[in-house]
Amino acid sequence: MSIEKEEAVEALVARLAAARKGERGALLPLLHDIQHELGRVDGAAVAAVAAELNLSRAEVHGVVSFYHDFRERPAGRHHVQYCRAESCQSRGGAVIEAALAERLRVAMGETRADGQVTLEPVYCLGLCAIGPNALVDGAPVARIDGTAAIERIAATVAA
Amino acid sequence: MTRVYISRDMASVALGSDAVAEAFARAGCEVVRTGSRGLFAIEPLVEVETAEGRIGYGPVGPDDVAAILDGSHGHRLGKVEALPFFAKQQRFTFARCGVADPLDIASYDWRGLKAARAMAPQAVVDAVKASGLRGRGGAGFPTGIKWQTVLATAADEKFIVCNADEGDSGTFADRMLMEGDPFCLIEGMAIAGHAVGAGHGYVYIRSEYPYAIDTMRRAIELAASKIAPFTLEVRVGAGAYVCGEETALLDSIEGKRGQVRAKPPLPAIQGLFGKPTVINNVLSLAAVPFILAEGADAYAAVGFGRSRGTMPVQIAGNVKNGGLFEIGFGITLGELVEEIGGGTASGRPVRAVQVGGPLGAYMPPSMFHLPFDYEAFAAAGGLIGHAGITVFDDSVDMARMARFAMEFCAVESCGKCTPCRIGSTRGVETIDRIIEARALPVAPAEAGAVMGPGGALASYGPGLRRGDGVEAALGSRSPLRLDRARDKDIGLLRDLCDTMKYGSLCALGGFTPYPVLSALDHFPEDFGGAPALHEAAE
Ligand code: SF4
Ligand code: FES
Repeated sequence: MSIEKEEAVEALVARLAAARKGERGALLPLLHDIQHELGRVDGAAVAAVAAELNLSRAEVHGVVSFYHDFRERPAGRHHVQYCRAESCQSRGGAVIEAALAERLRVAMGETRADGQVTLEPVYCLGLCAIGPNALVDGAPVARIDGTAAIERIAATVAA
Repeated sequence: MTRVYISRDMASVALGSDAVAEAFARAGCEVVRTGSRGLFAIEPLVEVETAEGRIGYGPVGPDDVAAILDGSHGHRLGKVEALPFFAKQQRFTFARCGVADPLDIASYDWRGLKAARAMAPQAVVDAVKASGLRGRGGAGFPTGIKWQTVLATAADEKFIVCNADEGDSGTFADRMLMEGDPFCLIEGMAIAGHAVGAGHGYVYIRSEYPYAIDTMRRAIELAASKIAPFTLEVRVGAGAYVCGEETALLDSIEGKRGQVRAKPPLPAIQGLFGKPTVINNVLSLAAVPFILAEGADAYAAVGFGRSRGTMPVQIAGNVKNGGLFEIGFGITLGELVEEIGGGTASGRPVRAVQVGGPLGAYMPPSMFHLPFDYEAFAAAGGLIGHAGITVFDDSVDMARMARFAMEFCAVESCGKCTPCRIGSTRGVETIDRIIEARALPVAPAEAGAVMGPGGALASYGPGLRRGDGVEAALGSRSPLRLDRARDKDIGLLRDLCDTMKYGSLCALGGFTPYPVLSALDHFPEDFGGAPALHEAAE
């Protein structure tokens, strides 16, 4: 990463941290803010957060790496979170998952080489009677079947 | 102008309610967006206000507007509350959900909070105790006793924390309530604040519920003047299942890794930021306004044994009439699955249900006589947990479900206890071996010969260890040796479950054995054994 970029991250983190000044337990909300703005919480962000909140880098890194939501590299342009939990499994989730991954040409947990889409597992979206379910760029999609719904997701992701 | 009601619950939106709402708005109707009524088979659902009351139509699409408005649509349901699915319910907590605009603060009466504030704190705690309300998450600990401890502990500052992070598969009541009637939860928390002397509260919501986060934030803003001087804020989780454990959740709010704390000290004495803290889940806190508004007796009058009041049961998975069904304790599992739920969506026979989320036991239909009651479930080796019921048809592979339970534990373990962190990974490997062995042909006569207890203790050849060519080794074994290896693995799996059960600090490691052992006990044939004698169990 270039120096300028690192400085930009520092400035961003400083601004976001200032907005949360005085808030107790501000670390998690701050990390959410950073990921929202930057699309990632990388090493430069960790260093900047540590400096802002007067914590050690190891402490901040420990928190970042503990939570599944924080990513070191940005996700693809489109983000598909597919539910893998039991209720969706009971409705054929595993077979649909394989078909979806094949149609989107990306393995579960990966970002496609062209950066167009990230497919990730999620464990329950609270839509458990109408599965298999996914969030596609934050929008809920239910009753995903082998054909129509997968094609719709593929079309969204192609855009 | 015709007024219509259409849900904007995340599930309804997933089924297409936004497009339906837009179509009605284009047709010149006044569209009120509500929470979900809770029966997904009739969604997207539209209710049209008429002289005789609200008339429901569902499921409908955006092209159905004209036929609905002139009353000719084929999916006319009449009054929704008169449908059998709703007529049988006792909606204490979910009375407004699906009926009212969740953010219409003018129509919300705050009767419970007003009643509470007219009482001394101790009297409020006594009312909650008298209602018999128990924590609607895990073991069913009496809510009033928790509150009493916090009230009795002197401190310069106390907190109310709502655990909205218990995202168990098969449950959606928390999400539906936060989206469909957020003021109810806010009111419950404000009442708790008055009862124990806490000035500030946190609602910790899992990030997988984006709609609930948004609705709660807006509702808190709207309600600020109603609940003042009590204040509230939303904190968003970050995808760690273990933060649903109350002490891990407190650490997470403090900005740390969500690791489970050893108890004591109890959070009620030394909780968030070291201060006395009430930590309850969504359904417990949302039950409180009813108790204060209608009286503890009205709540306690319903229920079964020591399980008082109602439970919002969530019927999920491969089921025809999936949805939210709030009812007094005591209804049987079979009534919920077969009568209310209508059996499987696939039309195949029900083979198993998992009750209580990913850490709950799998139960066969031979256990459907069980009444929904904390004690009855515990005695049968299960738990009610969040009262989610996930239905599976006969295509389910129970060994794979057991494997999933171990895998989930391995993914989500916070890493503090070895049995949970390492044991779950060993569990996945062990079940993998069992599944591999199961797939190999076994001569029927020999298989029968070793299925008895005598076959279990054959020594374990070095060639059978994972990682040095299991498949090749297995392929060269005789069926008899295979069965012995399998029995040995099953013994290993049981030992492992035992170690996890007793050597884990929290429910993730401690309860993962429930789905695994129940699958093994009730469905041994999926692990390559002889079927269990289900009928004999009754
Ligand atoms: S049982 Fe597992 S999740 Fe719970 S405290 Fe121990 S390691 Fe953490
Ligand atoms: S299990 Fe998939 S949404 Fe709940």
